Amino acid sequence: MFEEKAVDPWAVVKPEAIAEVATFCKGEPALGFDNLMCLSVVDYPKETPPRLEVVYHLYSYSHDHTFVLKVHLPREDPRVPSVEHTWGVANWHEREAFDLFGVVFEGHSDLRRILLPDDWQGHPLRKDWVDPDFYNGMRVKPTPQMAERYAAGEVIGVGPFEFTPPNLPIEER
Amino acid sequence: MASEVSHSSSGAAGFTPAEPRGAWGARRSAPKLSERWDLEGLDVDEMIVNMGPQHPSTHGVLRLELKTDGEIVKAVRLHIGYLHRCFEKHCENVDYPGVIPYTDRLDYVASMGCSLGYALAVEKLLGIECPPYVNVVRVIMAELQRIASHCVAVGTYGMDLGAFTPFLHLLRDREKILDLFEWTCGARLLYNYNWIGGVSHDVPEGFARACRNMLREFEAMTHPELVELLIGNKIFVKRTAEVGVCSPELAISYDLTGPNLRGSGLPRDLRKDHPYSGYEQYDFAVPVGTGQYGPVGSCFDRNWVRVVEMSESAKILHQALDKLEQLEKTDVHEKVPKRVKPPKGDVYFRSEAPRGQLGYYVVSDGGVNPYRVKVKSPCFTAMSVFHVLSRGMYIADIIALIGSLDVVLGEIDR
Repeated sequence: MFEEKAVDPWAVVKPEAIAEVATFCKGEPALGFDNLMCLSVVDYPKETPPRLEVVYHLYSYSHDHTFVLKVHLPREDPRVPSVEHTWGVANWHEREAFDLFGVVFEGHSDLRRILLPDDWQGHPLRKDWVDPDFYNGMRVKPTPQMAERYAAGEVIGVGPFEFTPPNLPIEER
Repeated sequence: MASEVSHSSSGAAGFTPAEPRGAWGARRSAPKLSERWDLEGLDVDEMIVNMGPQHPSTHGVLRLELKTDGEIVKAVRLHIGYLHRCFEKHCENVDYPGVIPYTDRLDYVASMGCSLGYALAVEKLLGIECPPYVNVVRVIMAELQRIASHCVAVGTYGMDLGAFTPFLHLLRDREKILDLFEWTCGARLLYNYNWIGGVSHDVPEGFARACRNMLREFEAMTHPELVELLIGNKIFVKRTAEVGVCSPELAISYDLTGPNLRGSGLPRDLRKDHPYSGYEQYDFAVPVGTGQYGPVGSCFDRNWVRVVEMSESAKILHQALDKLEQLEKTDVHEKVPKRVKPPKGDVYFRSEAPRGQLGYYVVSDGGVNPYRVKVKSPCFTAMSVFHVLSRGMYIADIIALIGSLDVVLGEIDR
């Protein structure tokens, strides 16, 4: 585990308790964390056990103090309750975390991909992500053979697309 | 037609892919319109209207799906990500100083603010304290950038609502600021200026005088002109004053920051509350929305805050330029580390960028590359409240609302 330098005070919360802890942090007058500054996920595949860490940065406008909540999740099938009902901004942050890390936020009203296309496969910000060769059947990475043929002067298309330059006369298209 | 195209056809170059493809028509698993909307339940008067992503007043490539009843918008669905450039993934594959050019491209209208936030975050991780001279230079650049960014924001906002002339006047002054940047560091849009522990170039000889000249014209001409031409215009007030009202509670819950939060009447500014780069030495006011033409927190108020902030930035600049001349010149590369290798740990640092609080969460594993960089972009959170604010609006007011939130899609999509 990293020897994390405590810049802000932080605490690790059990995944199933995070929604209650969030409501308490916001509702308790002495804490008054009315603002979720940031929700981020960090992937630690080499730790034992391997984990995903969801980090909640809280801020209180009334008391002007900060606090950090951290949740440790397994890398396979990570599930954590949503805090969308406590802080509205969590809706989009959680969608982003789902999109890029595959963390499932239970109770989220609209958990869809947000930055990547809807038909994207996989979660690219994980550390073990490998760039895919194909996207929707289209090759997006050149193979060594393709590179050779390209070097030999051959024009390499992308399968079913037929590209005709728009400035040709009609009979030559 | 689509199903006739099969992967066995030789294609343009006779290239056969190594892996089999699905049928052309059945490839896309993207949800259909009927999955996103209850089409059966639509009223006879209701329509699903698509707006963007190439709409000129969505300020980039923002796509909105509007469920409309005549001119009234009943629901909105936002689609972002058209400009996604994998910023956070790139950061993990370059070293710490190598991230700075990428941060410039987040908010390309206010690059200085983005790179300043990142530099400060890594400096906090490394424990570097910049010399006062560098801090003054940084403040000057950040405030010049704030004026330039608000010039674009207010100018394009006027243009969205049909006023073309103020835009030209404001871009004229932005041009002068960009000339100053070009003179200093050679770039006009993406500067790579704020380095970790310093800045890339010292300000040139005679910079203070040129900057004062620019400010004199800006304060004497452009700013009063803007207020007279655009802000005081009856049509402009009618279009914005009672539109898109955001209460302070809603703003805090959805993490609206910067001018959007101050427009709701809360005088919160990181430069005052948690000063960085020596902002505590400058005397300036934090403008808030006053609701002079309607409820507090309307589109007018958010825009008005930006207009006043420009003159406040000019005030800071005058003080900073005086300081620049008094201070002894030091080497701006003095504290720039040869090799950036922070200790293990994480840091969350926020700074007041022109569009709001820009937060960087940087995690270090003790290596030369950042383990993880997360950007909390103010535009991203401002856009997430859009579906609440836009409920029950006219379509024309949607344009007014997008412009008043002042989003830059490069920062939303990252």
